[in-house]
Amino acid sequence: MDLSPIIISIKTAAVAIVLTFMLGLFVARLVVNMKSEKAKMVVDGFMTLPLVLPPTVVGFLLLMTFGVNRPFGRFLLEVLGVRIVFSWTATVIAAVVISFPLMYRSARGAFEQVDKQLIMAGRTLGMSEGKIFWKITMPLALPGVLAGGVLSFARGLGEFGATAMIAGNIANKTRTLPLAIYSEVAAGNMDIALYYVIIILVISFLVVVLMNYFSLKDRKYLR
Amino acid sequence: MGLHVDIRKKLRSYNLNVSFETNGEYLAFLGASGSGKSMTLKCIAGVETPDEGRIVLNGKVLFDSQLKINLKPQERNIGYFFQNYALFPHMTVEENIGIGLACSKLEKSERVQKILKNFHLEGQGKKYPNQLSGGEQQRIALARCMIYQPDVLMLDEPFSALDMHLKEKLQNEVLEILKDYNGEVLMVTHSRDEAYKFCKNLVILNKCKSVLFGNTKDIFHKPKLLIAARLTGCKNISKYELLERNRIRAVDWGLELEVGNAVPIDTTHIGIRAHNFILDDDKKKMNSFRFKIIKIYEDMFEYNVHLVKDGDEKYSEIIFKVKKKEWDLRPEGNYIYLKIPEEEILYIS
Repeated sequence: MDLSPIIISIKTAAVAIVLTFMLGLFVARLVVNMKSEKAKMVVDGFMTLPLVLPPTVVGFLLLMTFGVNRPFGRFLLEVLGVRIVFSWTATVIAAVVISFPLMYRSARGAFEQVDKQLIMAGRTLGMSEGKIFWKITMPLALPGVLAGGVLSFARGLGEFGATAMIAGNIANKTRTLPLAIYSEVAAGNMDIALYYVIIILVISFLVVVLMNYFSLKDRKYLR
Repeated sequence: MGLHVDIRKKLRSYNLNVSFETNGEYLAFLGASGSGKSMTLKCIAGVETPDEGRIVLNGKVLFDSQLKINLKPQERNIGYFFQNYALFPHMTVEENIGIGLACSKLEKSERVQKILKNFHLEGQGKKYPNQLSGGEQQRIALARCMIYQPDVLMLDEPFSALDMHLKEKLQNEVLEILKDYNGEVLMVTHSRDEAYKFCKNLVILNKCKSVLFGNTKDIFHKPKLLIAARLTGCKNISKYELLERNRIRAVDWGLELEVGNAVPIDTTHIGIRAHNFILDDDKKKMNSFRFKIIKIYEDMFEYNVHLVKDGDEKYSEIIFKVKKKEWDLRPEGNYIYLKIPEEEILYIS
């Protein structure tokens, strides 16, 4: 049996979650601090779009961006010598784009639930905005943020549609577990597909349990 | 020196329009809920921005809409005591108090320990806020403001989150703690007792406007404005008519009163505080009237007696607060005589 889909999947999901986590926090903080409600709505709409679009549509848009015949793709290839499409990097990009809204929305919700008075108190106590974020907002939003991170990890691990569009289904290179399951079923190898399915089931279940652990975890100051 | 505030800000319900000046004396903001008291403090602290106006503290301009000056809250050195304390729940008491101090660890620890001692919080430093009582939380919030030696200390409803029986004790404690503090103290309250007890000067806010500013005792004794009379606890207010030079009519109560002094020309209402009637035995004396007892509500030490002139229902009820001992000595019956002392009549415009 081929172990490469497992390794590729875990590698992709691991790199993707680091990027998604940081990007999600960054954008969430940006949107929460936006003054204009209208701008907030529009930006939020864009950031949430990958969650509601069919993954194939997201994949299509990514192809339009990174394809070697497109301006940005050509720029990457000719100037930096990087070819994104049908590379392992593409699996990461697909996973990040698809899982980003989950992270962003969880983080935003968690930030917005932090009592505004505490932020104001921090300001009147002379704390800088950065210190307020790291010492007050983040610790208080942490359960929500971590839950969002776990959810995004699971979503990145299960990504299929956009990955297939932009990274293809190249064995040993871009074939992640979901793609491997699809390929094995298509080839009639139900036993191997089942084996992959069990792995996904186990990982996903652990992830959900972990998420519940984070969101329900008793914290010492609440006791 | 002192604090000078003159600001306007558009709010959802009303337009905030507040101006006053203080000079080292405690100042109370008295007003109903939603009258813009907290918003005023927030504008001074810099966590909210007024649309226009000017805030100057000890000669330093904190905000000036024309000069486009708007200092960050971090640069204003103002202590803000929040109504529900706004303690950081995930930090210990020590961390809460020391969080904004910019000095070495050692110095920070020394200063925190010292203030804990001053505020009778020894041994509580390692606990989390929710492990402490309401009174202790309040002292922590106050300690957290005071450790920065702010130029202005602003207390937003400091006692409203406390139980009745704790309130009085803590009011005295806070007064004691603040005795050594030299900066300005502003206090928002909807309790006239707190305003009277704590603050020499008073700003009365009505619908987000500062309508009256002056000495607290003067305002309580002579409220002058209808809203001030209500907020300072005057229960009995009636429309007023001048009959002759020395005779006035309280229209709502159906009473004609004789007064010795000239009535202020812009008077529209008169008021009498519920405590200020005098039980009388007959109606021969000046300004004594016969009232019918409608209802009696019992407090711990006094009765609240609702009365109407001669039982005539077209007139409004008058509320009379009287000590139980005094009331129990009155002659039996559904009618009593009350005298309205001339010097207790409040002229309101």
